[in-house]
Order: sequence, then C-alpha cells, then structure tokens
Amino acid sequence: MTLLVLLIVPLIASLALAFIGDRKLAPEINILGSAATFVSGVVLALQVYEQGPILAGNNFFFVDAFSVYLTVLTAFVSMTTAIFSRRYMRREREHGTIGHRRLRFYHAMYQLFIFAMLLCLLTNNVGILWIAMELATLSTVLLVSLYRTPAAIEAAWKYFILCGVGIALALFGTVLLYFAAEKVLGAGGAALHWTNLAQVSDQLEPTILSLAFVFLMVGYGTKVGLVPIHNWLPDAHSEGPTPISAVLSGLLLNIALYALVRCKVLVDGSTGTHHSGDIMMGFGIISILVASFSLLRQKDIKRLFAYSSIEHMGIATFAFGLGGPVATFGALLHMLVHSLTKSSIFFTVGHASQMHRTQEMEKIKGLIRGNPLVGWGLALGVMAIVGMPPFGVFTSEFLILTATIKEAPLMAPFLLLGLGVSFAALFRRVQPMVGGAVPPYQERLKAANLPVIMHMAVVLLLGLYLPEFLSGWFQTAVVLLK
Amino acid sequence: MNIHPLIVEITQIAVLLVAAPLFTGWVKMVKCWFQGRTSPSLFQPYRDIRKLLAKDVTLAENASWIFRFTPYLVFGVSIMAGGIIPILSMDLPLSATADVIALVALFAIARFFTALAGMDIGTAFGGMGSSREMTIASLAEPAMLMAVFAVSLVSRSTSLSQMALVVSQGHAMLRPSLVFALLAFILIALAETGRVPVDNPATHLELTMIHEAMILEYSGRHLALIEWASMMKLFLFTTLGIASFFPWGIARNDDLVAVLAAIPVLLFKLGIVGVGLVLIETGLAKMRIFRITEFLGSAFLFATLGMLSFFMLE
Amino acid sequence: MDTHIASQINSLLAALILLTAFGLVVQRRMNALLHLFAWQGFLLAVSTAIVGYVGGAHDLYISSILTLSMKVVLLPYILHKLIVKLKIHKEVETVVNIPTTMLMGIILVIFSYHLTAPIRELSTLVTRSTLAVALATVMLGFLMMITRKHAVTQIIGFLAMENGLLFAATSATYGMPLVVELGVALDLLIAAFIFGMFFFHISTTFDSLDVDQMARLKEED
Repeated sequence: MTLLVLLIVPLIASLALAFIGDRKLAPEINILGSAATFVSGVVLALQVYEQGPILAGNNFFFVDAFSVYLTVLTAFVSMTTAIFSRRYMRREREHGTIGHRRLRFYHAMYQLFIFAMLLCLLTNNVGILWIAMELATLSTVLLVSLYRTPAAIEAAWKYFILCGVGIALALFGTVLLYFAAEKVLGAGGAALHWTNLAQVSDQLEPTILSLAFVFLMVGYGTKVGLVPIHNWLPDAHSEGPTPISAVLSGLLLNIALYALVRCKVLVDGSTGTHHSGDIMMGFGIISILVASFSLLRQKDIKRLFAYSSIEHMGIATFAFGLGGPVATFGALLHMLVHSLTKSSIFFTVGHASQMHRTQEMEKIKGLIRGNPLVGWGLALGVMAIVGMPPFGVFTSEFLILTATIKEAPLMAPFLLLGLGVSFAALFRRVQPMVGGAVPPYQERLKAANLPVIMHMAVVLLLGLYLPEFLSGWFQTAVVLLK
Repeated sequence: MNIHPLIVEITQIAVLLVAAPLFTGWVKMVKCWFQGRTSPSLFQPYRDIRKLLAKDVTLAENASWIFRFTPYLVFGVSIMAGGIIPILSMDLPLSATADVIALVALFAIARFFTALAGMDIGTAFGGMGSSREMTIASLAEPAMLMAVFAVSLVSRSTSLSQMALVVSQGHAMLRPSLVFALLAFILIALAETGRVPVDNPATHLELTMIHEAMILEYSGRHLALIEWASMMKLFLFTTLGIASFFPWGIARNDDLVAVLAAIPVLLFKLGIVGVGLVLIETGLAKMRIFRITEFLGSAFLFATLGMLSFFMLE
Repeated sequence: MDTHIASQINSLLAALILLTAFGLVVQRRMNALLHLFAWQGFLLAVSTAIVGYVGGAHDLYISSILTLSMKVVLLPYILHKLIVKLKIHKEVETVVNIPTTMLMGIILVIFSYHLTAPIRELSTLVTRSTLAVALATVMLGFLMMITRKHAVTQIIGFLAMENGLLFAATSATYGMPLVVELGVALDLLIAAFIFGMFFFHISTTFDSLDVDQMARLKEED
C-alpha cells in the first residue's frame, strides 16, 4: 500500500504540474509532492525495518534493505532539491533565461524523473528496472537542454545518444539474463523477477551470465558515468539547470549503480568466481584516476564537480567490485554520503553562479563575504567531499581504503593517488572562490538555506555517529550482496 | 543412351560459339524494346563478326607480338572456359581437372593480356583503358573468389560440376549464404563483363570507356576475335551464374536426352537473364569511375556476408 | 508449417535483416535510409510472427504487431514528416570511406559471431543461430551512430539498434515477457517524441542537423 502511494504521488504530482502550468503555486506543489513522497518513503522504510523485505503486488514489487535506504535517500534529496529549485528557478526567471512553458515542462518532468527512479528501486522485475532506467534518462534529456543554448542542446544530444547506446547494451544484457533464466524458471514474467533469479542463481548458465554481465556493465556503467563512457556526464551537468545537476549527480548515478550491483549479485551466484568484481574494480579505478586528473584542468565550476562525481562513483564501483563485508559496507555508506554532499555542493554552486552570472571559476570570488551560507556551504561541502573528517565521506572512504589494503593491496596506491590528486585539485580551486573580497559584479540573492543546512547536517552526523537502524540495514544489505 | 563425354564437351563449345553472339543480340534487342527503339536483328552480331573477319588487319607500326597474339589468346581462353563451366552437362572431362579457381585464373590471364595489348601501342586511350581495367580487376577478383568460396562452402567442393550438382539436389533455395553469393555474383558479373553501371559496351566516349579503350587499335579479324570473345565472356558469366545458383535442367550425366533437353532450358534461362540484365542497365546510370570502388566493395561485402552467414546461420 | 522450413525462412530473414543493417550504415540518401529502416522493421515483424507460430508463443504475435505498427508505420512516418518539415528529405549526406566502414562492419559481424558462439550451443530453439545476427545488427547500429554525423541518421542508427535488440529477444528466448516488451515500446515512443523536439532545437540553433557543428563542449587544456 505504502509502495503504491510512493509511486503514485510523484506521478500525480507530475500530471498535476503539467496541468497547472507555471502558476504561482507550482514550485510549492512540486515541494509538496516531493515531501509526500519522502514521508511515504519513510513509512515504507519503517515497515521494512520492522518486517524485513517486502514482496508486493503479485511479486511485482520488492523492497529490501538495499533498495529501501536508496528509496529514502532518493525521496529526501528530491524533496530538498525541490525546495532549492523554488528559489533557484525564480531567480532564473527573473533573469529571463527561462519562460512559462519551459517551467511547466521542468516541473512535470522533474516529478516524472523521480517516479522513474523510484520505480527502478521498487520493482522486482529486471526488465522493468531497465525500462524505468530508460524513462529516467528520457525524462531528464529535455531538462538538460532546458536553456536552449547551443551548448545545452549539444550536451543534451550527447546525453541522449550516449545513454541511449549504453542503455541499449544493457537491454541486450537483460535479454541474455532472461535467456539463462528461462531455462531454469520457464518462460514468462516471473523469470525476470529478481527474487526468483536470486534463489536459483547458482543454476543459471555461467557462460551466458558472464557475457550478460559485460553488456550490463557497459550499459549501466554508461549511466553511472564510468570512464571511458563518461563523456556525457560533465556536459549534461554543466549545461543543465543546477537542480537537475544535483539530482543527476546525487540520485541518477546511484540508481544506475544500484541496477548494476543487483545484476552483479546474480552473476556472481552463477559463476561462483570474482570476475565480475574484477571488471567493476577495473572500471572503478580507471574512473577514479582519469576523473581526478581531469579535475585539475577544469575551468567551469559545474564541470569540476561533475568530474568529482565520476571519481566518487568510481570509488563506489570499485568498492562493490572489491566485495567483502567492509568494502560493501563502505560502498553503501559512500553512495549515501556522496549523494547528500554532492547535491548540497550543487545547491551552493548554483547560487554562486547565479550571483556572478557565470560558471567560470576565475570570476567567482568572495563567496563567504558575499553570502555566508553559500560560501560556507561550498567550503564545507568541498571539505566533506574530499574526505576530511569529521564528515561522513571520510568514514566511507576510510572503510574502503582499509578493505583495499587488506584485500587488494596492489590497488591501494592507485586509489590513494586518485584521492590525493582530487583533494589537491578541489582545494586549489575552491579556496579563491570562497575567500577574498567581494568583486563588484557580484549580485545579492536570496539563497535557499534549508536544503544546504539539512544535507550538511546529515553528512556531519553520519560522520560522527552512524544510527543503529542504518548500520543494521547496511549489514543486511552486505549479507544480501555477498 | 549415354554419349561420350568428349562429344558433350564439343557440343558445349559449339553451343558457346553459336549462342554467345545470339545472347548479345537478344540483350540488344530487349534493350531497344525497352527504350522504344526499333531493334537490330537478333543475328546482327553474326553479321558484324563476318564483316570484321573479311576485313584486312591494320597494325600500328610499333605493335609487338603481344598485340598480335592477344586476340587469339583471349579467344582461346574463352573457349577453354566454355569447356569448364557446366553449360549443358555436369559430367565434363575438363570440369573434373579444372575447378572454379582455375576458371577465375583463366579470365585473369585474358584480362592481363588485353591490358598489355592496350598499352602495347602506346596510345593514351589504350593506357587509360588498361589502367582502369586493372583497377576494376584488382577489386573484382577478390570479391569473385569470395563469392565462389561462399558457394563452395555449401557444396564442400570448388569443382563447378560438384557445386552445380549439390545445389540442384538440395532444397538450397533459401540458404542465406547462396542469396548473398548470388547478389555478389551479379555485381561482379556486371563489372567483369563491362556492363552498365560500371562500363558501357556501347560507348566510345573517351572519358567513360574502359574495355573499348583498350581495344581501340584493333581491326579486322583481330577485332572480330576480341568482340566474339567478349560476347562469350558475357555468355560464360551468365552460364556460370546459372550453373552455380540455378542449375536445374542441366544434365547430370551424359545421357543424350538429358543433354538435348538441357538446350531449350538453357535458352529459356538465358532469355530471362537477358531481360534482367536489360532491366538493370536501363534502370541504372553509369557510375563515376571513383564510385566503382564502392560498387565492388559492396560485392565483396555481400560475398563475405555469404561466407559468414554460412557459418552463422546454417 | 514444417519446423525445418520455418527455421530456413527465419535464417533467410535474419540474413536480410543483416543486409538492411549494412545498407543503413552506408546509405547516403535520407529517403532511402527511411525506406531501408522500414524494411528492416518489416522483416523483423515477419520473423517475429514466424517464430511465434513455430514456437507456439502467441505473445509474439502482439510483439510482431507492435513492431509492425511502430517500426514500419509510425516511426518512419514521424521521421518522414520531420525531415520534410525540416527540408532535408532530399539531403545527401557525405559519408567518408564507405569501403572502410564496410570492412569494419564485417569485423563486427565476425566479432558478434564469436561472442555468441558459446551461447548458441546452449540453446535448443530453432532460432538460436540468428542470435549472432541480432548482436551484429546491434553493433552495426552502433557503428552507424559513430560514423555518421547527421542527427537524423544517428537516430536511425539508434532505432536500428533497438531492432537488433528485439530480434535478439525473439531469437534467443521467443521474446521477452509481454510487460517488458510493452514497456520498451512505450520508452521508444517517448524517445521518438524527444528526438522530434531535438531535431527542431538543433536545426534552429545550429542551422543544420550536422552533429559535427556541435563541438563547443570539449575538454580545454
């Protein structure tokens, strides 16, 4: 029941927003819808906490510890982003970069996007997972090109084409998966249900599943933004509206990784080897290194943090590939804290670029004096994202690093190198932006305080103290993903 | 009643010599009908050959033996090829000794000497024609071999008789490899026999001619032999296609009735191929010479796909 | 229908689908591209229906009708309308080096054959041999998206990939579950809506649908 509410609320909100259009209350409805989603997400989480995994709707939906924490996270970040987008978009409209029709479109698509992501997390059917993933891509493509500038259209086109290709390969992988499952489970929709597949995964034909995993890895890996198929990510992040950058980085990448990990479990069960993990580790470590060195060369502030997202998704992918209780725990935590930190950073970055009417980092200066919340928010966000204690990212990276040193010591230097380089690159860039005097062209604006404060507080809290229910979920998920 | 294979062989060559000009005449006739013109007689090619044979040969001063030798060689090679291809019967003494690769080599020899003869006199047109001819050959021959291999994969033999036998026995019409090989073969045959869209046998326009440019200096009986040989080449490629892809009706052994029955069937098939050829020639415009790489590239592609689909789909 | 004959017909259809995929990769003319694409869809629909008949999988009839209406009628119609409206229906795209592209295509076909070789030994369906062709079609669509520089052509490449995927589904497993097939069709419909919008945005912003002009977003050093 809660499940249905959770899915229907964003869908209704999307339709309502498409219908209402850009009236005075549209942003508030957007917030309200997301808040309702968040509340039902929390209720669902409580149910899962009390009863364990839930199978519902004729086995069509499935929620376990792994998906429920991502569900709550998705609902939470989409709510805070909706709050942020209210002030951000108002400002954009004042600047005249965006009109009524596009705002209506923006709001409707935003809710549709959330619906697609939630469907990804809640469905039990691997085929539906793919469809929802594609829906999530499609609903954001036109949001990336919302400003209709040549660069935005180019970015969106690249996003559309690359992710289209990637997701097509993932479908091929899904077809192969079904091919293997059909032999064991018989034809029909039940053969694609993850719960059924996980039960019989040791009977699935290993040759087919290894091949399927290659396609799934490349396919979903494109959406995770793993190198070398990451080209769409920096463009889409830098040219789209900032709320979209925040949800892309904070949520969509997570969901894609979630899909990949779900498939990995099946493949590992079938092959009984660590090959899929090795592949993921390879993609992960390359992503970390390439992204961290790319960080050094960035001039555009949103591109900078887009590359940072690639790096962090690389870390999580690497950790999932590494496997083992500590690394998997670290990866789960990392997905959570990265998502919260990165979206918070994008909130401040959005305001900062609005204040200076540019995304070039060289022109952004004196943020702390100009607007303390934006300045401090950015400074603290960057401190968190590079893994400084006491923030949550430190905990997760520390866990992953210890696991690496123990399990795959040869990889540890590369991981450390990547972390070190990105640390240096981000710090070097951010310091001049937050400090210094206020430049004359800086404008004043009313920033959305609440989302930044909420996110940073949670990240700080997670660094200091991991609540018992959360660590319990992670433990269950770790067992699940073993 | 069985007849001696040698007699079949001789009959076949006689049919080749007689039917080749007839086939060319048929193609010209149908073409004229399609274009709404009054056609020359079906036997016009015979008359042309007779006229040329009666004329004196005019030789260039610096013509070497190659120039004089080539017409006889080309003519002889064509007749030999006629002994290899199962035109009427699959049981041929020559076909047992020479397979399809030897056939391709025979055509290559004829082409090589024609090209040499084109350059021998030292005129600009001859050289141009030779260079173009060799360009096409270098593209067409690999494609030809690939197409042949695709068919021989199906029949597990490169002997033409064996190939014809297997194809005529099996329910092989739907085999994708044969369909692809046929497509490739049609393209190659168009290029090899100098038809539109690769070359135009009717033109003497300096910029476009290929085959005609090489033989521009020939006259009298030399020209007669070369013209006759090129008519035979068209005929041979047609019968090669028929033998490899539509061999129904060709006698399987040297039974007199079967061999005699094969003649009307052959004429019927030739009639159809002639119409098909005219349809292609009137439907397409001649290509620019630089597009020929793409044309023959597609032939190569088809042939390769034929081979691949044998492995993938059969 | 005899299973043997059906499987032969299906092989032939597979070969023709592969042929259309190659045709798409090298075809220059917009209109001809659309026709080829529609033909590919038609062959796919016929093949799906035959597989459905032979395998007794009646879900496949729906999938076949879906393919027929989407890939043969609706999408080519939409694309045709679009390119006429954008006045590019007579456009001839410059495609460089067709023979090289063809060679690459052949290599991709061989690659797909090797990749699927272990699988076809495991399958017992009459259609198993077409799996390699299906993957090759996907790969060729991929190749088309890489080598071609026109927005419309890239989209056709994308749709051809989708065709290959559907073909893979029918040849490997007698089709995906119906709910998945329907979902894929829905996604495709949305995608069609989106690329339609895109064509207008690109052509108004860049004055042409040549994707090469979109080179603003590069990594600067």
